[in-house]
Amino acid sequence: METPTSRSIPAEDALDSESPSRTSPPAIETKDLCLSYDEAPALRDVSLSVPERQVTALIGPSGCGKSTLLRCFNRMNDLIPGVRVTGQCRVGGQDILGDGVDVIGLRKQVGMVFQRSNPFPMSIRANMAYGLKLQGLRNRVEQDRIVEESLRAAALWDEVKDRLDRNALELSGGQQQRLCIARAIAIRPRILLMDEPASALDPITTMRIEELILELRRDYTIVIVTHNMQQAARISDRTAFLYLGEVVEFDRTSRIFTHPRDQRTEDYVTGRFG
Amino acid sequence: MRPIGESRRLGRWGGPAGIVGLILTGLATLVLLAFLVALLTTVLSKGMPAFSWRFVSTIPRKDFFDVDSAAILPMVVGTSLRVLIMTVFVMPFGVITAVYLTEYADPASPFTRGIRAAIGNIAGVPSIVFGLFGLGFFVNFLGRGLDGLTGSGVPVFGRPSLLWASLTLAVMTLPVVIVATEESLRSIPSGLREASLALGATKLETVWTIVLPQALPGILTGGILAVGRAAGEVAPILFTGAAYYTAELPGRLTDQFMDLGYHVYVLATQSPNVDQTAPILYATALALLVLTLALNAGAILLRSRMRRNLREAV
Amino acid sequence: MGLRRGHRARPGEWIIEKLIQAVGLSTIGLMVLILVFVGREALPVLMGRINTALVQPILPSKEIDSIPRDDLRSYLELSRSQFEGMDREMLMAMMEAREEGFRDIPESFRADPDSTVNTADWRQLLLPRQWTGYTRPEFVWQPVGTIHKYNLVPLLVGSLKVTLVGLLFAVPLSLGAALYVSQLAPVRVREWVKPTIELLAGIPSVVLGVFCLLVLSGLLQSLFGYQFRLNALVAGIGLGLTAVPLIFTIAEDSFTGVPRGYVQASLALGASPWQAAWQVVLPSAMPGVVAAMILGFGRCLGETMVVLMASGNASMLSWSLFDSTRSMTATIAAEMAEAVSGGGHYRMLFLLGTLLFAISFVTHLIGGRIVRRLRRRLGGVA
Repeated sequence: METPTSRSIPAEDALDSESPSRTSPPAIETKDLCLSYDEAPALRDVSLSVPERQVTALIGPSGCGKSTLLRCFNRMNDLIPGVRVTGQCRVGGQDILGDGVDVIGLRKQVGMVFQRSNPFPMSIRANMAYGLKLQGLRNRVEQDRIVEESLRAAALWDEVKDRLDRNALELSGGQQQRLCIARAIAIRPRILLMDEPASALDPITTMRIEELILELRRDYTIVIVTHNMQQAARISDRTAFLYLGEVVEFDRTSRIFTHPRDQRTEDYVTGRFG
Repeated sequence: MRPIGESRRLGRWGGPAGIVGLILTGLATLVLLAFLVALLTTVLSKGMPAFSWRFVSTIPRKDFFDVDSAAILPMVVGTSLRVLIMTVFVMPFGVITAVYLTEYADPASPFTRGIRAAIGNIAGVPSIVFGLFGLGFFVNFLGRGLDGLTGSGVPVFGRPSLLWASLTLAVMTLPVVIVATEESLRSIPSGLREASLALGATKLETVWTIVLPQALPGILTGGILAVGRAAGEVAPILFTGAAYYTAELPGRLTDQFMDLGYHVYVLATQSPNVDQTAPILYATALALLVLTLALNAGAILLRSRMRRNLREAV
Repeated sequence: MGLRRGHRARPGEWIIEKLIQAVGLSTIGLMVLILVFVGREALPVLMGRINTALVQPILPSKEIDSIPRDDLRSYLELSRSQFEGMDREMLMAMMEAREEGFRDIPESFRADPDSTVNTADWRQLLLPRQWTGYTRPEFVWQPVGTIHKYNLVPLLVGSLKVTLVGLLFAVPLSLGAALYVSQLAPVRVREWVKPTIELLAGIPSVVLGVFCLLVLSGLLQSLFGYQFRLNALVAGIGLGLTAVPLIFTIAEDSFTGVPRGYVQASLALGASPWQAAWQVVLPSAMPGVVAAMILGFGRCLGETMVVLMASGNASMLSWSLFDSTRSMTATIAAEMAEAVSGGGHYRMLFLLGTLLFAISFVTHLIGGRIVRRLRRRLGGVA
């Protein structure tokens, strides 16, 4: 892989040397990705490769652009007027930034879980089946099979199997968030984006979500935004530290937390700012 | 509201100025309430004696000032029909416009600002001007144009009718529906939209399957408010469809109709003997009042319940 | 699944989105439609193309050859094609017929200077004139009889008069009540007073009209002992009642919208609730108050049924509150039935409508601007 200028990210070589799957192409790859809201830059020249079937954490102080970067990967930034994106962003080898891109198709491949759990105010079953129906899957038996499978994968099945037709809003906060994860994986995406999925939850529930993420890691490429450094350290394989819209450092998580190369990274992970 | 830290020097209400202020504002409130109570009790007490099932359910003779045979069935039917037909036109139009404004339009675009300005202006146009518009556009332009196309010698469309009155009212109440629908669309958490889009739904699928079902109570409120507003309006239908007297109930869209509000006006101003016909005037006014107040109360209830649900959900 | 398809993959959805946009944009069209179709009927008056003079000046048929052809055509009220299709003989015959018709008008009539006046001319619409039988120049709206007089001033003054009475009644009461309900009243009182006052909005204006006509008018007359039972005062109070819920709701909303922190800060500094309400809440809610008053003005000016029923409807010019008064709206409502479609009177009523439309437009424009400016300056909440 070539990096055009001196602005290359040190993670490149680290990736090559340490990646267990160096033959498979990166799940997400950006090159010189810039993004601005109404002329105010939010991301500058972001170039990084997210490896497949690993957990990649994006950390950094609030306003550093980590959520914005995450939302580039499924084009959720399209919803905000005045956003301008330049550079390259590839998912599964295909460019996703052009006008001709089928954003809807992209989002079916790249699922997302939000900071605030957002189950639809309908039954648990309807929540789960929502994405399947969008895909045109009308067969009830098949639907039920995938619903059960996904709920099991999200470690929620045993808790809700007897009340699939109750309103999803009756679930607890942690259950709601796991439902959202289950809902996202029901449509079999390849990548799962998580925007601070546990920030609104209590420690025990957070632990369950983290366990779930480690489970899911076997089948999905996961990119997670978190402001909780311990969380990043616990669950991620790789970590990117963003500061003022730039990727300062991107490396194996253990490296970032033990031997950061950049002073700013060190300051941040040691809690001197942020 | 109790003061948090009471001032020793001025006393609880802040000295003479505070007491006078309190009394004046309280008095203003009382005066308004007194007017309302006086109005309601007058209409109720003077309207009840003549109000009966027969009064509501029979068709009056041509001389509807005759106290013994006075009845209001045709007016109830006419008013109901005109608001019903209005609803059929105004609801889809208003809801779609609100959907466009909240879900699609770029708030900074001059078109969007133009639409908002237009809605604000339509809301401020005097109701009698809608009457003129209905007469000039629907009756004279569209109606006569249709008659010209169908080649009928006698005017069928080119005269005031149920259809034109309803359409005029639909134009008038459009802002009510748009504003109420917009409010309820905006109150839906954006997280629901994002969740749907992130699952690969298109914008339209999101609007149709998530946003609109959630907004339904608010849309309903808007509809009821519009109906409540339209039911009591007389000025817009004076020249577009209301009749002083028709022998039969309206059966076709092109028929003229008798109207509760217009009938109240006729009874109040054209009665040969005001004192004698006052009971039926008040009874008719009572019918109209009950109708509009019930609709408004319904809308207020629905709206407050909706807001409470929303607060609990957030 | 390939990603490079874009919206072309979903043409149905694209069409529906365009339709939604079209419906949204058509609101602007609707607004223009209202202006066009109300203004259209009034246009001939505004352009000075209407001549209502009973006796039109006569061009002598002898001079047919010296008259410019265009003047001749408009004199004979012919279209261009009709005119071209006629020879000199026919035109001559028509001119003679006009002369004959003129001679048939009684002498007394021809001598009356009023009968040659074009009452739809702007001077007659706005300036006073000493009509035959009057002792001094006056503003007269009198669209009946032989000479239809269309002076707009009495109606304008009538509308303004009742509107001012309405605002004088509604604004202090609504603002006072809003201040009381939002700042001073105990929560329990607030909870039922607010919806009760807002209930006024649900009362049809024709019912309010009945109340003014039959109850209020007698009450006020016995109280003040004036001559006319129905007058600007009664109508104004009725109008005020229709505007109260509007003004009250907006004002109450903007009072409630003042951040609680302002009030608490001023209470913490030792202010009484009244001082907090008067010196903190009222000023910072000013944009809302101004908006409420402007919208209330528009509402009063445009209200029809209450004025129609309670003002007495005499179209004389007077500033007295106790004189019978006629507003623009009531005039349209009362006279449209007897106006001949397309005639001078009909167009004059549409002119009134256009005027009302223009006023409501300007009111909205100014109101919006004032509110925006005040909001910027005060940083308050409207």
